[in-house]
Amino acid sequence: MYRETQIIEADNKADGDDLVINVGPQHPATHGVLHLVIRLQGETIQKVEPHLGYIHRSIEKMCESLSYRQFIYVTSRMDYLSAHINNHACAMCVEKALQLEVPPRARVIRVLMDELTRIASHELWWGAMAMDLGAFTPFFYAFRERETINDIMEETCGARLTMNYMVPGGVMYDLHPNFQQRVKNFIQLFNNKIDEYDDLVTGNIIFQNRTKGVGVLTKEDAISFGCTGPVGRASGVSCDIRKLYPYEVYDKVSFDEIIEMGGDSFSRYLVRIKELRQSIRIIEQLIDNIPEGDIQAKTKAVLKLPKGEFYSRAETARGELGVYIVSEGGTTPYRIKFRSPGFSNLSALDHISRGSKIGDLMAIMGTLDLVIPDIDR
Amino acid sequence: MFSLEHITNSIQQWLYSTFSPTMALILECAIVMLLVIGLFATLGLVLVLMERKVAARMQIRLGPNRVGPKGILQTTADTLKLMMKEGLTPNGADKFLFNLAPFIVMIAAMLILAPIAFAKGFQIWDINIGVLYVSAVSSVSVIGILMAGWASNNKYSLLGAMRSGAQIVSYELSAGLSIISIVVLSGSLQISEIVASQQTGWWLFRGHIPAIISFVIFIIAVTAETNRAPFDLAEAESELTAGFHTEYSGMKFALLFLAEYINIFIVCAIGATLFLGGWMPLHIGNWEGFNHTMDYVPSSVWFMGKTFFLIFLIMWFRWTFPRLRIDQLLSLEWKYLLPISMFNLLLITLIAIMGWHF
Amino acid sequence: MTNNELKDHITQGQPSAVFDETGEWLNVQVEAGEWKAFANWLRHDALQMDYLFCLTCIDWPQTKHLMMVYHFTSTTFRHNVVIKVKLDRNNAEIETVSDIWRTAEFHEREVYDLFGVRFLHHPDLRRLILTDDFEGHPLKKDFEDPVNMIKL
Repeated sequence: MYRETQIIEADNKADGDDLVINVGPQHPATHGVLHLVIRLQGETIQKVEPHLGYIHRSIEKMCESLSYRQFIYVTSRMDYLSAHINNHACAMCVEKALQLEVPPRARVIRVLMDELTRIASHELWWGAMAMDLGAFTPFFYAFRERETINDIMEETCGARLTMNYMVPGGVMYDLHPNFQQRVKNFIQLFNNKIDEYDDLVTGNIIFQNRTKGVGVLTKEDAISFGCTGPVGRASGVSCDIRKLYPYEVYDKVSFDEIIEMGGDSFSRYLVRIKELRQSIRIIEQLIDNIPEGDIQAKTKAVLKLPKGEFYSRAETARGELGVYIVSEGGTTPYRIKFRSPGFSNLSALDHISRGSKIGDLMAIMGTLDLVIPDIDR
Repeated sequence: MFSLEHITNSIQQWLYSTFSPTMALILECAIVMLLVIGLFATLGLVLVLMERKVAARMQIRLGPNRVGPKGILQTTADTLKLMMKEGLTPNGADKFLFNLAPFIVMIAAMLILAPIAFAKGFQIWDINIGVLYVSAVSSVSVIGILMAGWASNNKYSLLGAMRSGAQIVSYELSAGLSIISIVVLSGSLQISEIVASQQTGWWLFRGHIPAIISFVIFIIAVTAETNRAPFDLAEAESELTAGFHTEYSGMKFALLFLAEYINIFIVCAIGATLFLGGWMPLHIGNWEGFNHTMDYVPSSVWFMGKTFFLIFLIMWFRWTFPRLRIDQLLSLEWKYLLPISMFNLLLITLIAIMGWHF
Repeated sequence: MTNNELKDHITQGQPSAVFDETGEWLNVQVEAGEWKAFANWLRHDALQMDYLFCLTCIDWPQTKHLMMVYHFTSTTFRHNVVIKVKLDRNNAEIETVSDIWRTAEFHEREVYDLFGVRFLHHPDLRRLILTDDFEGHPLKKDFEDPVNMIKL
């Protein structure tokens, strides 16, 4: 028995006949090694307590001994589903410190890659969430399209998951000649597929009953818990970093920040599905307008950041990613803090799942879109 | 024309002419036993393979395709593996109940097979309360599931078993009421007579809309009774890992798994018998030529065809729908299906009394 | 709101605050003892800093102190401010703010785990990531683990 369970069971004695179960660290619904200790009264959840650390690699400590070029590669392993955006945020932080001007071509490529990553991430989320609710088929549908994106990524960056494509000052390689055509093909294919997703899952009466009114997070709580990304926006909080603090070319493309007011699992679902269409919109505007030119700004081989503190924010598929670098003027960071969206979103789990059934917990966890390496950095 | 009835009759004649009546009866029992076990094994293999192929088809993938031609030996290989595996009994489990549970589930499934008419004149036991017998014995399996959940000494298993208990007991009502509606129409509890009453047409078509409603309710209720998605809460893998059979392994797991598929077969066979005429061929009104052609198809093929069509339907549900939540599951039964099926039974009684059916 | 306006407001709320404008956002340093009252003022008064988006700690062994860093945004006015609180390295204690910003509950547990800062009146101050019997606080600069740490 886990030590943590004993703690809860000890304070349980007073409450009488509650049942304590461990969900995870190996469990089909936790998508990784998240460990939840749940106190149940019958089927009703009294308390959810997350226990972290099963895959904590201490990336923040590791980065303290890596140079400003090297540490970016480690961040691909944080939120592995939006590796590009993690790399991007780190690169931006270093650029901010060095006051580097990124060439226009690199800016557009970065945004294109970010949005493709966002689509791929939401795809995986869509399949996995449907699987949490007991529908297996969507998972395979989602992976069919995600595969296309992964192929595009592989052709351009040489990797399918941990891309390591963004470097301080630009991107590592130029685009593959096939890139534009393949992305256009993908967009054409994908527009129909989103409708298919709606037919299969969104309109399903069982799915709607399972998610509507489940795990309601009010606007005030969402802000207080620091929930960002689709979770925050489903509660009516305007928190899209791409709109609020535009970086790269996000201020030059038109797209909508999706905001739903429901705050329940279904709203969180809708936000992500609608974001898929917005990402497509951004890609459509940029894919034919990639400027010619350099893909990297001229930088020194060894980067030295001036003394000071630098913070950059980027919108990953899960929410606001913050990179906080404290520099002492050397070649390695003195301290790095990653403000990961999943960590804050997870902290709201206990609050919103109290009083609901075990089945609801899976729906809530599914729509919070937790990626455990992002929480356990 | 191929008919199983002739084969069984000739075997019986030969037995009774060669041995004394008691000896012949014993031999008959032995043959039936072997046949049932053989049927179980084959059905298990076929249904699991079918499930995997249907699932693969719905999920745009190929499914098993390596072992044997087109993967048809995959399930055989899986069974062999399960037989070789060690059957673990967890620490702190109630060993007696833990080991007994799979057999209870299995025996309950075997017992229901008795009154089912597989073809014309091919039936193990044509008991005069056949339908009643089926609904009575099918409830026994819930005891096995509760036993498995309780004896495992696992909280997931316990939760799964409790869910399963609540679910099966509730949905028994709707399934029973749908069965009764056909009993009312045909005026008999005996399976052979229910099939014979559908000589002129299947009850699904002859009973107007109420019969269709009770068919739909029957399908929903038996999906729930066999713990299949979207009602697979007893083993909901994303919530309870594997529910009541979390702790089972090896052959004991295989028995529980097999019993699940046999139960699907049985409920679909009952459904086919009650609503789709059992082994009766499809006859349409006065189309003499058409009806005559249909008669040439062996009755066993008709029966299996209908049953497997229903099984396919249930598999289709599984790979399309998300799972319900426990309170939604129970409110669906008690608030919607039960009142509807009660009212429906009233309508069907009216139809039967007034002779309004075709 | 510009930095100067922010400064004016903060000086009204907290006269002893020390400002630093070298970074991207306005940095405000307050004393550990005054932190709780100041936090309440930040959240509920004129500035409406309702969104605590980053909470962390920095270890400075040379000057023997730990620096708590809080990043705030107001979702109504969209201004950012960074609050710093200096703590004694050997006896790091600070009042919790988890009752004001609920996200702090998890972040403070993380900081407690990795830096050993004790948050007074925190509802559930236990190690979040490491096991309960772990010794030391890994993100401190002088933390040594000869088995698991690889020096580059």
